[in-house]
Amino acid sequence: MSVQTLPLRESTVPVTPTPLTEADRRMVDRLTGWNVGIGIGALTLGLLLGVLQGLEHAGLDLYPFLQPVLKSYYHGLSIHGVLNALVWTTFFICGFFTFATVRSLNRPLSYPWINTWALIVMVAGLVLAAIPLLLNMATVLYTFYPPLQAHWSFYLGLTLVVVGSWMVGYGLYFTYGAWRREHPGERTPFIALAVLITMVMWQLASLGVAAEILALLLPWSLGLVAGTDPLLGRTLFWYTGHPLVYFWLLPAYISWYAMLPAQTGGKMFSDSLARLVFWLFLLFSTPVGFHHQYTDPGIPAAWKFIHMVLTYGVAFPSLLTAFTVVASLEIGARARGGKGWLGWIRHLNWGDPSYTAQNLAMILFVFGGIGGIINASYTLNLAVHNTAWIPGHFHLTVGSAVTLTFFGICYWLVPKLTGRQLFTKGLALAQGWTWFFGMLLFANGYHMLGLNYGVPRRTMLGAAPYASAEWTPFLMETLVGVILLFISATLFFLVIVGTALNRRKLTAPIDMPVAEPADPRPAPAWLDNWGPWLWGAVGLVIVSYGPMLFNLIHTAEFWSRGYTPWPR
Amino acid sequence: MSEATRDPNGEPTGNTQGLEHNPNLPDLHVDRYEAAWMRISLVTIAVFVVAIVISTTSYGIQVPGVTARIDPNTLMTPPNPFAEPGLRELAPGKYEAYIRAQVWSFAPSEIRVPVGSQVTFYATAMDVQHGLKIVGTNVNFMVLPGQISKLTATFDQPGTYNFICHEYCGAGGPTIGHHTMYGQIIVEEAAVAADRK
Repeated sequence: MSVQTLPLRESTVPVTPTPLTEADRRMVDRLTGWNVGIGIGALTLGLLLGVLQGLEHAGLDLYPFLQPVLKSYYHGLSIHGVLNALVWTTFFICGFFTFATVRSLNRPLSYPWINTWALIVMVAGLVLAAIPLLLNMATVLYTFYPPLQAHWSFYLGLTLVVVGSWMVGYGLYFTYGAWRREHPGERTPFIALAVLITMVMWQLASLGVAAEILALLLPWSLGLVAGTDPLLGRTLFWYTGHPLVYFWLLPAYISWYAMLPAQTGGKMFSDSLARLVFWLFLLFSTPVGFHHQYTDPGIPAAWKFIHMVLTYGVAFPSLLTAFTVVASLEIGARARGGKGWLGWIRHLNWGDPSYTAQNLAMILFVFGGIGGIINASYTLNLAVHNTAWIPGHFHLTVGSAVTLTFFGICYWLVPKLTGRQLFTKGLALAQGWTWFFGMLLFANGYHMLGLNYGVPRRTMLGAAPYASAEWTPFLMETLVGVILLFISATLFFLVIVGTALNRRKLTAPIDMPVAEPADPRPAPAWLDNWGPWLWGAVGLVIVSYGPMLFNLIHTAEFWSRGYTPWPR
Repeated sequence: MSEATRDPNGEPTGNTQGLEHNPNLPDLHVDRYEAAWMRISLVTIAVFVVAIVISTTSYGIQVPGVTARIDPNTLMTPPNPFAEPGLRELAPGKYEAYIRAQVWSFAPSEIRVPVGSQVTFYATAMDVQHGLKIVGTNVNFMVLPGQISKLTATFDQPGTYNFICHEYCGAGGPTIGHHTMYGQIIVEEAAVAADRK
């Protein structure tokens, strides 16, 4: 758009909407394809390493046979965490968001070069982080708590991935701004609004880890400063660490709210409440990080309690989601002939792998959500903090609610991007169900081990001298889960590669599923107004983090030199 | 949250007709069942908050707070209490235990107390971050270099309680590493403890 057409104030002269051409679509599809492809590649390696961990816990230690490449259990664990939790999620989300925003606004990217460069920066970051990670020079797990010290390239790489994700956001903001000028007074389409809110939330939330790396870890790993302050590092990390889970989860929510109902013949039960839910996530996602630090010394219990109450605040929009999404799906099932109090459930679109994977992801998230409220519960957290319960929990959330939903999205998105038919519906359906049962067993075993026996998380349990025979039944349960998950991961890989290479082209074009609102009246204008929500979010962060962060920075003691306690 | 949710709760279903002309008032349409669900959700959350408050006030369960900072580079220099870690008796049945965490052991790794003892644990780390959970108790905290963690437990049942490092602190090899870092609290019958003295 040329500068001359930009009015200084709200203009009465409408700006002609920019049409979305075939070339624009292809450009966005390519961008999305690269993002999703890299994400899946990272995930494939990450999942394989997860299988090794599961086998080790069950007494089958394969690490000695992998010595030349994999130096230790923890080397593999670091790769597993970084690739699955950070790389797969971020790349998939950036691709999915770019695709969804352009389709939702039905408008090309205003500055496609920003989004292209965003991808280049993210890939450069991935390479910089992956080299030390794979070479056993960053065996610090995905939380990289100082004073464990990784090679500086690891920190720099992660920073670039985050900066790249910000750039994806900038590209989308400009596109939204242009759409806004072309459509004065109109309500932003829900999907685009939800994407933008998520990106703004991420922008605000990732400032913590950016500050941790740029101010503490990078100069320290480069040898420019001698010491660091571990508590300050943890606090900055968890400032980002919790909203990070919403950065993973909200894209799944977008699909559940606005795409999944359309995939089973339903409608959005309440477009307005869906918008409200996303605004509430913008408000409450960030000022909750101390609930990951309940057991930390050096942070007053009062601040921890305040963050607990705010964490319960962020549970509220998730509880709303549970109602609204289920109601939207029920509309669909009843339209498909479903009857009775629960009988309608059989009439959901269970024959469609994309639908099924996401519905199963939602069921697992019920357990994940309940566990999350337990974790957030201040004193109750003492029973489970840093036990196997925690990975049990996040394999239900990021490992299932998010990842299985993304698999479901892939089952329409990959055929769409490649123009080829899904290979095959049956394999993809089997993938969803094996993941569901695998994760159910795996997570249940881990929850039990952590809660009942205090089994620590991310520990080479097969070699632990304090291991007890009481653990065995649950370790065997997790082993069955891991085997099912391995089958499921193999199926996923087969489906994706099979689709990309499928000789059968799509017979009919497919596009992003978009659920219509059940109530055609537009959402109230205050649900399309950034100001109060954005300033509210910034204000809440300042109030909930400001005093303590000021205190920690003010009293910081850079006593800790770096340690690399792992065999090279 | 309250601004946004109070309005729908206050408005009965469908009664938005009169508000449409007034741009200052929200006209959020909320289904009757959904409004009920919102109330249930808010009440549930409120009940949880109350339950947690009761757990700290009536049952005395505490999370760690601010104790003191300590330079990890001076830990081995007396009179630093962590230079000679271990159990100190304050009064009959009341103890404090100083625990130093380092790659990959706790010092001390064995603590014996008579049954019924109340022990306040102080812990800090010499090198990287560690964690400490005493299995079967409410003692669970991070052990960080530069900070002292503190929690109290009462041991009413005799037996052996493992305290396990639950934060990754380095790889070592199969026979040593984060996974081999633990210690034991042995809670003895009163007679046994008296005998040993």
